[in-house]
Amino acid sequence: MKSLNKLSSLKNLSLKELIYSNEARALFIQVSTVLIIVSLFYVMIQNLNENIEARGIVSGFTFLDGRSGFDILPFLGSYIVKFSPNSTNLEVFYVAIINTFVCAGVGIILSTILGLLIGIARLSTNYLISRLANAYIELFRNIPILLQILFWYNIFLNALPHPKKSISFLDLMFVNNRGFYLPNPIPEEGFVWVFVTFAIGIAAAIYTKRYFKRKQDETGQQTNTIGYSLGLIIVLPIVVFFLLGKPLQFDYAILGKFNLKGGLAVVPEFVALTLALSVYTATYIAEAIRSGIEAVDKGQKEAAAAIGLTPTQSLKLVVLPQALRVAIPPTINQYLNLTKNSSLAAAIGYPELMSAFGGTVLNQVGQAIEILTMVMLVYLVISLAISILLNYVNKKMAIQGR
Amino acid sequence: MKKESISKNIIEISELNKWYGDFHALKNINLNVKEGEIIVVCGPSGSGKSTLIRCVNFLEKFQEGSILVDGTELTDDAQKIRKIRSEVSMVFQHFNLFPHLSIIDNLTLAPIWVHNETKAESREKALKLLDRVGIKDQAEKYPNQLSGGQQQRVAIARSLCTSPKIMLFDEPTSALDPEMISEVLDVMIELANEGITMICVTHEMGFARKVANRIIFMDDGQIVEENDPENFFTNAESDRLQLFLNQILTH
Amino acid sequence: MPINELQATRNPPKSQIGALLWIKENLFSTWMNGALTALSLYLLYISVPPLLNWLLISANFNFGTVNIFGFSLQFGEEMATNSNCGRNAACWPFIYEKFDMFIYGFYPREELWRPNTVFALTALLFVAVRLTNNLKHKNRILVGLLISYPVVSYILLLGGFGILPTVETYKLGGLMLTLIIAAVGIIISFPIGILLALGRQSELSTVRFFSVMYIEFIRAVPLITILFMASNVLPLFFDAGVTMDKLVRALIAITLFQAAYMAEVVRGGLQAIPKGQYEAADAIGLSYYQKNILIVLPQALKISIPNIVGSSISLFKDTTLVLIIGLMDFLAVVTGAAADKEWLGRHLEGYVFVAMVLWVMLYTMSRYSKKLELRFNTENKN
Repeated sequence: MKSLNKLSSLKNLSLKELIYSNEARALFIQVSTVLIIVSLFYVMIQNLNENIEARGIVSGFTFLDGRSGFDILPFLGSYIVKFSPNSTNLEVFYVAIINTFVCAGVGIILSTILGLLIGIARLSTNYLISRLANAYIELFRNIPILLQILFWYNIFLNALPHPKKSISFLDLMFVNNRGFYLPNPIPEEGFVWVFVTFAIGIAAAIYTKRYFKRKQDETGQQTNTIGYSLGLIIVLPIVVFFLLGKPLQFDYAILGKFNLKGGLAVVPEFVALTLALSVYTATYIAEAIRSGIEAVDKGQKEAAAAIGLTPTQSLKLVVLPQALRVAIPPTINQYLNLTKNSSLAAAIGYPELMSAFGGTVLNQVGQAIEILTMVMLVYLVISLAISILLNYVNKKMAIQGR
Repeated sequence: MKKESISKNIIEISELNKWYGDFHALKNINLNVKEGEIIVVCGPSGSGKSTLIRCVNFLEKFQEGSILVDGTELTDDAQKIRKIRSEVSMVFQHFNLFPHLSIIDNLTLAPIWVHNETKAESREKALKLLDRVGIKDQAEKYPNQLSGGQQQRVAIARSLCTSPKIMLFDEPTSALDPEMISEVLDVMIELANEGITMICVTHEMGFARKVANRIIFMDDGQIVEENDPENFFTNAESDRLQLFLNQILTH
Repeated sequence: MPINELQATRNPPKSQIGALLWIKENLFSTWMNGALTALSLYLLYISVPPLLNWLLISANFNFGTVNIFGFSLQFGEEMATNSNCGRNAACWPFIYEKFDMFIYGFYPREELWRPNTVFALTALLFVAVRLTNNLKHKNRILVGLLISYPVVSYILLLGGFGILPTVETYKLGGLMLTLIIAAVGIIISFPIGILLALGRQSELSTVRFFSVMYIEFIRAVPLITILFMASNVLPLFFDAGVTMDKLVRALIAITLFQAAYMAEVVRGGLQAIPKGQYEAADAIGLSYYQKNILIVLPQALKISIPNIVGSSISLFKDTTLVLIIGLMDFLAVVTGAAADKEWLGRHLEGYVFVAMVLWVMLYTMSRYSKKLELRFNTENKN
């Protein structure tokens, strides 16, 4: 090992030489750093154990098998795990993780779409649109996210009507202060074939695109493949759906005397959280997209125009490839931020990782260290995954330089 | 060695006026260019010379006057502009190569997507052109891996890919290190000897002397003086041109 | 004839300039543009009037009788109460009545001169920094100010040491608390962040290892988990006799959190310095510490200033999270006030008020940051 070799070479120096030797100093600093940190940890853990014994706090992970004793807000997580007050704390953990992923997933999709729109609008030549987009960005970026979450939650609870007087959209969707009620889709016999057709459609669309690209290489003829793609991915499954006799039933929400019965309920906590997160993160994504497009040199667009490309071709072949290289890394970073910010659900009671597991269970069981460590580990794993994704994307997209 | 020019006008600019907001950038420009002619435009910075040639391929719009290119009048019509841009090529001061595409892909982009050529055809033509400018072995490299002089030669090859009738050069050597200027000028001189119509904005007076049919001096947005190279340098008639020549020819 | 006659400079043709052309080119140049303009006008139409109506036009401003500097402003006979304030528009008397609470929290009302003095001193501090920019002993003055300001502020706010009556930390709240947390967080995390950034660049592998581990761990987890950790777990790491003030725990969490982000910002600055600077410093024989303090850090920090301001803005926004662990910052105090029996249901007014105040502060900071960025871009043009 390098350090051992260094040690042996240092043995032969006199004390005076040792003090000034850079290698000796480096070794000294490293060893003392390790010693300091290790002894710090040691002291802390000693105190920890003493305090735990003194206060009678339980240690270990056995609490995970304990009965949770509470009910979780009915949403996807508790639906999938079939949660009840008799479920274990470990199942709370699972439910919480699922809810976190659902919230983050929907948030990522919504914020990307919104961010794209606003980012492009910001660059529009239409004065009104670009000013409005700018106002959106400046408004929602400079208000803390927690405030936005509380605000939307409050609106949903207070400004929306009581279930008796739910707002209805064509009697299909109802909105009241207990949530959004959508028709609950119940797949019947044969519906699986529609899914299969959908998957086949995607594969077929990819194959068709490749086929036409090859044709262009060989004959120079350009074909617009959008029609084919849309037809295969959307129209074909719909046709199969009708051919099989519409194998999909909907459990509609029905407005009874006092309440809505049936249907699929999307709780206001989820809507408020996801809406706030999407609106907030979209501002950052919009800025990333804007900086990506602005990073493309004006000369590039001129050169593209000078060789005869149409504006659409110039966008697709010259501007976007360069713009996306600049815009994608910060956007992926924002996805991580959105996932981290979902932990603020603790403020409004949406049962994700921090609020259900790190909140309710922690209050009941009291083993803060174990619980918080588990929570932090989950976020570490998510973070690591996104870092790896980012590195992979960066490597693939890197523009070859000297 | 200068060639004889045929007497047909391939570019006709008449009473051209352009404003940037309130600033009168081009004042009453009248210029006819015959097919095969080599025109050099020079003048102090801010004189409007870049603006003028950028009007010829409609990178800049103009408010008054008219430009006819090979019989087609330049108006804000997408079809016409596209047609004109396939006959008029431009080489930029900062090369403007597409950094995310390899050299050969830079060249084949327009032929494939604008002229619907096959991949094999366009690659073959591109390789020939790269060979002509001396960069054939760099075909699979990327722009940022080449020197400035090499990049500009690639840019020239790229603008030749569409077999243009007219080539516009906007200060092609101004962004190059001194030792790379001659390799680019050599390529331009070869092109000049092959019969392409060229309008070249440049400070390289040696090049102008060798190759130009006419040299045009612009100042303050208007054409001040134009002459054939011999008389341009030795018999300058206007004071402004005298001043300009003194400034640039002393070193 | 080689020479052309002189051409006149003219004004551009009339139809090409002016308001009509501007409207045509910017709003209606194509069908798409026209449609977009129509869409934006519609969006403005359905959102702005109702908003203005709720905020101002139909809002209740009945503050009763207000005494300012000895003058009496009569808004109405008596200040409006919750019942007669109206539900369709904002009820601003709610904010007016609770104003002291929102700004000062639970600070004893007779001692309000103390936080007010601290506010004034802070303003003076900024002015003093600008004024002494060109003075000879600028650095000494700045260091002196930097040391005395926290001490004086602490004594003024919390008292003790026999100088002023003590005020317990749980009485701090409202906007004052938010500003205190933000200021302490930013100021203390800065040197720690610098140390971490240097550590991450270090050639010593153990130092580098610990720095990287710390930074990457903190950046991977949400602030709230660290706040919870500090709130619940930190006391357990210390001897049984030591009690940790809740505010102190939160400050530790926020400072440690921000230090990691600050470290990354400074690291960016360190990497932006040309390698030649390090080499030149070594070549003239400077030690590690001299090199960093005299050559590397001054340049790195100057380059990073816009990002440091940006990071501080994020921290300011994050201070609202202390609401979740029970500290009564600006947002918490307002949320709590809306649950007051007397003013039940006025959450909206509260949130809007907090949003407006915080937005103004954050927007100002971000404008300042953009101005700094522009200034640094032009300075670093070479």
